Amino acid sequence: MSHYRTKHAPIEPLSASNHNKAPQPLVGPDTDRRATIGTDLMSYEQLEEFGRELDTVRQRVLDDLGQADADYIRRVIKLRNAFEVLGRIGLFMPFFWPAFVAGILLLGVAKILENMEIGHNVMHGQYDWMNDPLVNGQKYEWDNVAPAQEWKHGHNYMHHTYTNIHGMDRDIGYNMFRIDAEQPWYPSHRFNLPLAFVLMLLFEWGVMYHGVELDEYLAGRMDKAEFQGRKKRAMRKIRRQLVKDYVAFPVLSLALVPFTSWWTPVLVLAGTFVANVIRNIWTFLIIFCGHFPAEVETFKEEEAQNETRGQWYLRQLLGSANISGSKPFHVLTGNLSYQIEHHLFPDIPARRYGDVSADVHRLVEKYDLRYNTGRLSKQLWSVASQLHQLSKKPDDPYKIGNSPESKALRRAKREAEAERRAQEQAAAH
Amino acid sequence: MGLIRAALASKPVASLTSPHSIDHYLEHVHPMWTVTQVRARVVEVVRETGVASTVVLRPNGAWRGFRAGQHVEFGVEVEGKRRVRVFSVSSSEKRAGRTFSVSVKAHPDGYVSQYLHHELKPGTLVHLSQADGEFVLPRTLPDHVLLLSGGSGITPVMAMLRTLRDAKPGTPRPQVTFLHYARSREDEMFTAELDALVEEAGLGRVVRVYTREPEPGAELTGRFTAEHLQQLGVDPATTLTYACGPAGLIASVRDAYEAAGAADQLRVEYFKVPSVDLDAADATGTLTFEDSAVSADNSGATILEQAESAGLSPRYGCRMGVCNTCAVKKNHGAVRHVITGEVAANTDETVKICVQVPVGDVSMAL
Ligand SMILES: Cc1cc2nc3c(=O)[nH]c(=O)nc-3n(C[C@H](O)[C@H](O)[C@H](O)COP(=O)(O)OP(=O)(O)OC[C@H]3O[C@@H](n4cnc5c(N)ncnc54)[C@H](O)[C@@H]3O)c2cc1C
Ligand code: FES
Repeated sequence: MSHYRTKHAPIEPLSASNHNKAPQPLVGPDTDRRATIGTDLMSYEQLEEFGRELDTVRQRVLDDLGQADADYIRRVIKLRNAFEVLGRIGLFMPFFWPAFVAGILLLGVAKILENMEIGHNVMHGQYDWMNDPLVNGQKYEWDNVAPAQEWKHGHNYMHHTYTNIHGMDRDIGYNMFRIDAEQPWYPSHRFNLPLAFVLMLLFEWGVMYHGVELDEYLAGRMDKAEFQGRKKRAMRKIRRQLVKDYVAFPVLSLALVPFTSWWTPVLVLAGTFVANVIRNIWTFLIIFCGHFPAEVETFKEEEAQNETRGQWYLRQLLGSANISGSKPFHVLTGNLSYQIEHHLFPDIPARRYGDVSADVHRLVEKYDLRYNTGRLSKQLWSVASQLHQLSKKPDDPYKIGNSPESKALRRAKREAEAERRAQEQAAAH
Repeated sequence: MGLIRAALASKPVASLTSPHSIDHYLEHVHPMWTVTQVRARVVEVVRETGVASTVVLRPNGAWRGFRAGQHVEFGVEVEGKRRVRVFSVSSSEKRAGRTFSVSVKAHPDGYVSQYLHHELKPGTLVHLSQADGEFVLPRTLPDHVLLLSGGSGITPVMAMLRTLRDAKPGTPRPQVTFLHYARSREDEMFTAELDALVEEAGLGRVVRVYTREPEPGAELTGRFTAEHLQQLGVDPATTLTYACGPAGLIASVRDAYEAAGAADQLRVEYFKVPSVDLDAADATGTLTFEDSAVSADNSGATILEQAESAGLSPRYGCRMGVCNTCAVKKNHGAVRHVITGEVAANTDETVKICVQVPVGDVSMAL
């Protein structure tokens, strides 16, 4: 859902303190023009106050970080290690099917914990304050075919800074789906649902491919050296992941062949594959529910240009959705079920999001804002129906990407832009 | 390194644990079983003076040993946060058993040195690096060696003195002159042991100068001067010299050696204890980018902006404190968060340089 707001607030110089400066790439051509995000919901003063109040909440949590948080993340890592080791042992016992099935499930859960509560959160720098190299955001590499470096760029930077801004947040529909009415429709979007199903099974590969940014390179927006670096890192990571899961452990299980049967290594390989798919399905479901339910808002670049901190916070709130559930459920989602809190405070340890949500609720009530939350089934249904609805060809020709009308519009825009540049150049001479 | 350790550190094992290291697993089985991460247990904490303690450590098998004069990174975890400082090893290379020690003087307002002196308990886990440093005796020893120190700078030369003392009987031993400056006898570390060494035959001379409260009939008095060397019969030109201590002492020693044309005989070690001025006015002090060996006057802008104007290109993303792309280790100094105004003054902590401005002198690992 998009609300393109046109009402501009009164122009006043940006507040003195540095933090009200918009992040650099989002400064609009006219620096006196303030962003319009949230101006239909709150006054400017309220937006500033809202930002300050959330800053206070963040600082309160940061001041309180300590032993309990360190113990928590280490406990989760310990649990993950135990699950992985037990899982791999179970996989080595295909002759005893209950152990084998338990092995698949344990390895799947180990990978889920590793990718969500540990990998994702550590790579956000949530535990950098501990000064422990094993949980440092810059050093951590996760159990996933997508290399950490590219993932962090696309996720921590692009997605978390430009959340839900069309043309900037590459995670809106992952260049694959039409998930928002503001996206132009193309014929491939007819397959929104079946494509989503396939991506669900292969999600880690999708994340890896997304991070290589082939489309940016082909469009000439990325230089060749950068692209080749990305490709090389991806290939190296893929090789290591494949060697571990599909070569090293099956080879190790060859030692069991004399006592069991020739197909033991084959089943070890197959079981590991299933565990990876389990992890893929789960992470896909949680992540799609975080931003793609129907009521989540998206924004245009013009709206966000020169936004203040309060507006940035509001965009995060309106652009995310939570999933309600039990404590173990939250742990398995890496507390990304608190997607809203995560987007407001991406760098505080995720185990704190539950507590913080009370403060967010208080502010949501105070300013009469919307807080998007619901059970997994409800959010999933919303995502699926959205994908289905938007797969249909819209009536409005301007919403169809390759209609003559849209093409003419784009051409006119390009020409206007070229003319503006030419004029600028002429003026400069 | 033991056979098991070598096997665990091998490539095939790494391919099984990829993308993690084997230590990611082992440290959760037993914190001392790490293969590459050096760790140790505190065996005991010995009070040396009212403000200094010796910490005796038993390292795990990842420790490759040290040479007298070298230092280690020493990390303790307090309230979930690891604090790392550098300390010189103070024990003898020849010490029996698998232990070594560091000796620490508690600095007023210092975090780790105060913690070690007052709170550290036997059994505590310590995170170490391998020993490092060029401030070591040569493999083939010269005829004369001078070990010169002031205050807590005694630690590396004490390790040398102890190592020379413990050398196997029959091995060639240089003539050692050990010259130490302390404020008073109460302020001196290792007093009893040094007293005993004065009597030890064949090692050389052990001389201490108490600058504030000189002993009656003391051989030397006051701060270091070239005359002190003369009085002891030390010829700088022919004596390999190791000096460690406060900057003032090192400067006068250096001057004396340069005047005697003996600068090539002098080896020095500094204990750079950072100073922090929380009340520094805006845009004062010096911002140092340690790894690039660049420093500039603090302009009051964010560290990221100052790094860029100094010609560096640190990694960044959002420039608003969200994405963590710009996170870098701050070696020491105080920084202020531009949004919250919070000041962070810890030595050795990771900060997001896009939202931090220096308060006074700051050193960054950039
Ligand atoms: C190669 C090398 C070898 C060394 N060997 C030894 C050794 O053998 N023995 C030894 O004792 N030391 C040694 N040091 C020094 C040691 O590394 C530490 O710098 C020293 O112990 C101080 O650490 P700290 O944690 O106590 O102080 P820190 O917490 O690092 O503080 C440093 C200084 O900053 C000031 N400060 C910090 N925070 C604040 C604040 N909030 N407000 C006001 N002021 C503040 C304090 O005055 C303090 O003195 C060595 C250093 C080096 C580089
Ligand atoms: S550049 Fe994003 S946190 Fe500093």
